[in-house]
Amino acid sequence: MSAGAKDKTSVIERSHAALQDDFLRAAVRFTTDRLKDRKHGATEELGRWEEWREQGREIRAHTVSHLDYYLRQFVDNARCAGAEIHFAADAQEASAAVLGIVHEKQAQLVAKSKSMVSEEIHINRRLEEQNVRVVETDLGEYIIQLANEMPSHIIIPAIHKTREQIKDLFTRDGGQNLGTDTKALVAFARRKLRETFLTADIGMTGCNFGIAESGSVVLFTNEGNADMVSALPKTHIVVMGMERVLPTFADLEVMANLLPRSATGQKVITYMSVITGPRRAQERCGPEELHVVILDNGRSSQLGDAEFQDVLNCIRCGACLNVCPVYRHIGGHAYGSVYPGPIGAVLTPLLLQGEEFVDLPSASSLCGACYEACPVKIPLDDMLVALRRRAAESQRTKRGERAAWRSYAIAFAKPGRYRLVTRMARLAQTPLVHDGYIESTWGPLMGWTSSRHAPALAPESFRDRFLRMKQDVRTIKSDPQ
Amino acid sequence: MKVALFATCLVDNFYPHVGESMVRILNHCGVEVEFPEAQTCCGQPAFNSGYQEQARVVGRTLLDAFGDYDYVVSPSGSCTGMIHHYYPHLFDSDPGLARIAHELVTKTFEFSQFLVNILGVTDLGARFSHTVTYHPSCHGARLLGVKQEPLELLARVRDLNLVELPHAQDCCGFGGAFAVKMHEISTAMATEKADWVTETGAEVLVGTDMGCLMNIGGRLRHMGRSVRVMHLAEMLLEGMEQGSGVKG
Repeated sequence: MSAGAKDKTSVIERSHAALQDDFLRAAVRFTTDRLKDRKHGATEELGRWEEWREQGREIRAHTVSHLDYYLRQFVDNARCAGAEIHFAADAQEASAAVLGIVHEKQAQLVAKSKSMVSEEIHINRRLEEQNVRVVETDLGEYIIQLANEMPSHIIIPAIHKTREQIKDLFTRDGGQNLGTDTKALVAFARRKLRETFLTADIGMTGCNFGIAESGSVVLFTNEGNADMVSALPKTHIVVMGMERVLPTFADLEVMANLLPRSATGQKVITYMSVITGPRRAQERCGPEELHVVILDNGRSSQLGDAEFQDVLNCIRCGACLNVCPVYRHIGGHAYGSVYPGPIGAVLTPLLLQGEEFVDLPSASSLCGACYEACPVKIPLDDMLVALRRRAAESQRTKRGERAAWRSYAIAFAKPGRYRLVTRMARLAQTPLVHDGYIESTWGPLMGWTSSRHAPALAPESFRDRFLRMKQDVRTIKSDPQ
Repeated sequence: MKVALFATCLVDNFYPHVGESMVRILNHCGVEVEFPEAQTCCGQPAFNSGYQEQARVVGRTLLDAFGDYDYVVSPSGSCTGMIHHYYPHLFDSDPGLARIAHELVTKTFEFSQFLVNILGVTDLGARFSHTVTYHPSCHGARLLGVKQEPLELLARVRDLNLVELPHAQDCCGFGGAFAVKMHEISTAMATEKADWVTETGAEVLVGTDMGCLMNIGGRLRHMGRSVRVMHLAEMLLEGMEQGSGVKG
């Protein structure tokens, strides 16, 4: 199953397909359960997690509220350190900036470390169209590149793949049967990727955080591949979302506590690289040129929007995916864009505005687990409701749905009407009721009754019963107040 | 003190015995309850679907109904959460309604919250000789922060064998209109919840929200599982009839 940005199917159709895939569901359940457990352990061990979350929220909210100031500071300092900055208003401009550098260097091979923003601009496809080879060097990204798919999780791109499926992909790529032993599979990928690091003309990374006070790009990885990608090729291209800035290294310390714990339950990230400008004269490694492509792509439209500005606070940890009961059952591809899970259900319609994403915010039971898990306290559940409101207000919801809610408002706005309507419904249901339940599977509530028995309306409503109730109030000695 | 029952549309129409159980228990605690007829529904089904204007019109009935009361008690953490979390914003364009909405927030409580935190009652003298598992509903726990109160009440019930529900914090897949609009996803969630409930071996599933219990119960029954599904109030009243009444 592959779903691209041009996929015009609805989330209902995509999730239908995902729900038939028992391998995918088992793999997602297994990994998210493990990540949740590990996160729980890591936050307990740190202690005062709610205070850390609040501090994280304050830092991100402050930065995003003053994004113009901090982004300017970051850009000035990065330029001082020798980086070249490219601003891109949208995905096309960002791709054009990258392709411009690739052409200038006459590059044949680009080595990439994991980057969601590079997925957002579909740079791999653009490069391949120009006959430039791209190799993903994060193990998970490497797997899905071989499978010709999109990542289905922000942190664990191949979360939906079983060990058996990975063995088949590697075997096809390497021409020899590798077995399902993790060590053998990793050794194969390591061997293949070493060649790439050494021969790539350009290394491309994302940017976890840009530090305004120094103009540094900070990268978090567990495999060390971002260090290879950024240090070995002669040219390093960083693609960063414009909101990825932090004012100072002190702020980075807070994020370095929040991000790995929230993402994978690690106390510390294995590799945290801080890159300030290209290689200097006296330095022995690092690229000759460092380019930073700063992407807007709908982000600045959220600035100043009281309901949605906070979505820019996201640090892409994936914690909301790991706790989401919807993600648990349908996986990432059903969300139909590069950002899956609750954050994707909010971010995708905001950034892309396509008609095919109008019903995406409806794919949530609004249970609030995402907000509870978010290390920077983004109220994703409130945002999902606000997006639904926008869809309804702009008449982009189904006509029948709008009519149904208008009827509800008319019937429930006045107690007299409400009583009349519920009495009529009580009479109307009579032929359908068996043993207090409605079991038939037709009509407007078919979605409910196809898998659940529906309770019948009680023969007597509570309000009618209350009129006949005699209250036997027990006298107690002291006022409970 | 003047206490009103906010029955919620679900209990009013489908589960009147839950409302009656609440009244009986509150009477036992020395509280007389009134039921203001002006109430219909909190508006949450429309609000969560994005139909804010329709939610405002319907939610208005609660502002009209509960003005004169010191406390409003409801059998639902979700409907109470709707008032607490969204009413101040929903009615903020009209200063008069905004004031009433703010007052309503401060005096509206979910049933277990009211018993434990306001009345200070945890032991109702109930006896319930069954194996029970408890599903903590998302809105009650997350929007209202009601986590310990139902457990404190259950802990004081004699002969009750409480078994932990695995993955208890995971949503059951109800989500109001979500259950119909995204019914396949909702069913997958409900199925997993029903499977965990069954795996506990409990005879009775207890919860504090009839929306969730209607969903889990409906799925359990459809799957042919014979677990009894009860609101906390209903279970406590049945236990009180077996036991000896209120202990301080």
